[in-house]
Amino acid sequence: MKPLNLIPADVDIGFIIKRKLFFVFSALMIVTSIALVTTKGLNFGIDFKGGILIEIRNQEGPANISDMRGKLSSLGLGDVSLQEFGEPTDVLIRIQRQPGGDEAQQQAVNTVKSALGDKVDYRRTEFVGPQVSAELLENGIFAVSLAMLAILVYIWFRFEWQFGVGAVIALLHDVTATIGIFALLDFEFNLSTVAAVLTIAGYSINDTVVVYDRVRENLRKYKTMPLGELLNLSINNTLSRTIITSFTTLLALLALFFLGGEVIRDFSFAMIWGIVVGTYSSICVAVPLLLYFGLDDKARGNLAGDDTDEGAEPQPGAS
Amino acid sequence: MVNFPTWKKFLVAVICFLGIAFAAPNFVSEDLAQELPDWVPHKQVNLGLDLRGGSHLLLEVEVQAVIDEYLESLVDSARADLRGERIRYRALGKQQRSIGVTIPQEDQREKALQLMRDIDTAAETSIDGDRITISMTDQQIVERRTSAVQQSIEIIRRRIDETGVREPTIQRQGDDRVIVQLPGIDDPERVKRLIGKTAKLTFQMVDIQNSVDEAMAGRVPPGSLLLPMADPSAAPGQEQYILVRKRIAVSGENLVDAQPTFDGRDSQPVVSFRFDTIGARKFGKVTTENVKRPFAIVLDGKVISAPVIQEPILGGSGQISGSFSVQETNDLALLLRAGALPAPLTILEERTVGPGLGADSIAAGEIACIVGLIAVVIFMAIAYGRFGIYADVALAMNIFMILGVLSMLQATLTLPGIAGIVLTIGMAVDANVLIFERIREEMRAGRTPISSIDAGYSRALSTIIDANLTTLIAAILLFAFGSGPVRGFAVTLSIGIVTSMFTAIMLTRLFVVSWLRSKRPTELPL
Repeated sequence: MKPLNLIPADVDIGFIIKRKLFFVFSALMIVTSIALVTTKGLNFGIDFKGGILIEIRNQEGPANISDMRGKLSSLGLGDVSLQEFGEPTDVLIRIQRQPGGDEAQQQAVNTVKSALGDKVDYRRTEFVGPQVSAELLENGIFAVSLAMLAILVYIWFRFEWQFGVGAVIALLHDVTATIGIFALLDFEFNLSTVAAVLTIAGYSINDTVVVYDRVRENLRKYKTMPLGELLNLSINNTLSRTIITSFTTLLALLALFFLGGEVIRDFSFAMIWGIVVGTYSSICVAVPLLLYFGLDDKARGNLAGDDTDEGAEPQPGAS
Repeated sequence: MVNFPTWKKFLVAVICFLGIAFAAPNFVSEDLAQELPDWVPHKQVNLGLDLRGGSHLLLEVEVQAVIDEYLESLVDSARADLRGERIRYRALGKQQRSIGVTIPQEDQREKALQLMRDIDTAAETSIDGDRITISMTDQQIVERRTSAVQQSIEIIRRRIDETGVREPTIQRQGDDRVIVQLPGIDDPERVKRLIGKTAKLTFQMVDIQNSVDEAMAGRVPPGSLLLPMADPSAAPGQEQYILVRKRIAVSGENLVDAQPTFDGRDSQPVVSFRFDTIGARKFGKVTTENVKRPFAIVLDGKVISAPVIQEPILGGSGQISGSFSVQETNDLALLLRAGALPAPLTILEERTVGPGLGADSIAAGEIACIVGLIAVVIFMAIAYGRFGIYADVALAMNIFMILGVLSMLQATLTLPGIAGIVLTIGMAVDANVLIFERIREEMRAGRTPISSIDAGYSRALSTIIDANLTTLIAAILLFAFGSGPVRGFAVTLSIGIVTSMFTAIMLTRLFVVSWLRSKRPTELPL
């Protein structure tokens, strides 16, 4: 079997030359995301907002959603939304958090169940009270922030600080863009979305680290090469790997998106989007940013200090 | 990197064998896995409630109710003591965690303070001007909270056991919360009803000297309580009320047995009960003294019925009638047998998945796994030829190892956990991709096959470790702060990261090196 070289060995794309274009594009994406989240807001699921979610399957063929909507909205439970879920027989019902304490929520579940009668199967009933939803949101924000901080510290420890800052900016870029697309498409933002965001954070860093590793290696190897040229070389060196890994991950995620069932479809979507954005940001944001952080001769000298690479030649003046 | 000592080969083989052995029980039926002898691995993956169906409930014990009850008793003792010593007092009442009383006459304050100190010697009693305060200490509060939560767990367990749910998990969380997990139940509503009832049963005399109308107008006589009748057909606000004595004649704590049965005369469903010796004596005394007067059977602050005592009941047994259905008498008898909760419980969170959805999720997850796997396997073979196939074998091994570790640790596999496995399938090949790409580069730089492979592995290694450790950091934090199903995702992702590093660095390298040694190629098929 003859292996296929998807990316030619001598690939040389001018990523660094076009960096302004990428920066403008990224800035637009970030500004739009922030604007969307602040003006339109996120469609928080019951995990963070409190409320009731019931998934039912009609036993007698396709569900008559408008009929059910009529029945449920006359119960005086406030905002009730119904949506077909995967199959024509399945309906997802969302009911806003009820005024009053936790008992009021439980009451509402019972009211809905008696209104729907016994011709339906309850596939899923979830209810989150106001106390717990507030805690879950707090925990989610805490976990994401802490993850970013831990990653920053790790990169700082393993590389120079410039790399740490670059990696975390790329990370924030990906996380913001992911939250932004949820606001744009009005997808439900819930606990699994937070899991997806954290995984995207992990993946984005993973991707960035691989390119940064090569930058570090090349800094030792080509001590006189202008930084811009060197960064571009490093991106192209690792381009084949970056594309192939993203592609295999996307293959698996696409299988999950199309075949994994309705419950985790939004989750899979978040991941797919995150992988695409993460791959883009590693190449087009994280590496070009290094140009601006004064990765100067001193920093390059420091890197050369712990040099063990046989490709490096002694450089006069480097400390 | 191209040297593989025999002991290392042996170690890799042993780890792979163990991975397959521990994963194997998942490929046979549950019954067969149970019958396997003890010396072979026989544990199957522990499926989460979202996959096997079941209910997850987060409950809060209203500890304040226990504290209020205790403070109420302090108020009662204070009143009795002050009256006994003929000390004038006013504004006697309880606050959040203390009670207070005002003693207007200065010369009685010293005496009153002494009396108050003796009511609860563990509490802090202080005087400020004419006001005496007894405050519960932090330690008292903590003790009461701990014991209330522990008792609640015990009672919940008894109640759930009586319903016949298999393998329930009931555990304390935080200060005053309890997590209840009920796998595979058909009627979560009934269990919730059973758990949520405090089931505090008391027998109290009806106050026939004072009028209900007076009390309804807000003038409830001291020593009496206005309670609603338990009438399910009454609309809210339309219940009938009844005036009962505060003093509890006999309480449910003295019950030894309760059974659902039918009334001998009109065949209505009733609950028959039996008191212990102390209860029987108390009940006998009360019924003897109050023949022809009504007494109230009160459950959780509602009067179930208020029959007139026809004759002294000395045998220590009786029955509770009301407008019950058979199911209701079953449940009431169960609750009375299991005992009352020390404090009311509130359901803060509920997640129930029916068995149908769980099975569908497993099926969909399996298909996604298989299709994702096949797609990646084909792609790797196309992209890297022979080496790609080595990576594919490692990938398959990786899945066995994830399943094996999950079964061995008895970690819970959830739907997001399956998503984690699918994601791992995609990401697991990353380490191999890094290595193969590096080997290609080394070859282009003009190195020999052996030296390319050696350099490829050793140079890619630090990148692989950096890249995987960062993802692992994210996964571990997700596990630490995530909740429920999300943790399942973190578990499979973390296991996947570790096993994929092993398979990439050790297993594929073993294949590559063995091939290299046996064929001694002059160029690499990469």
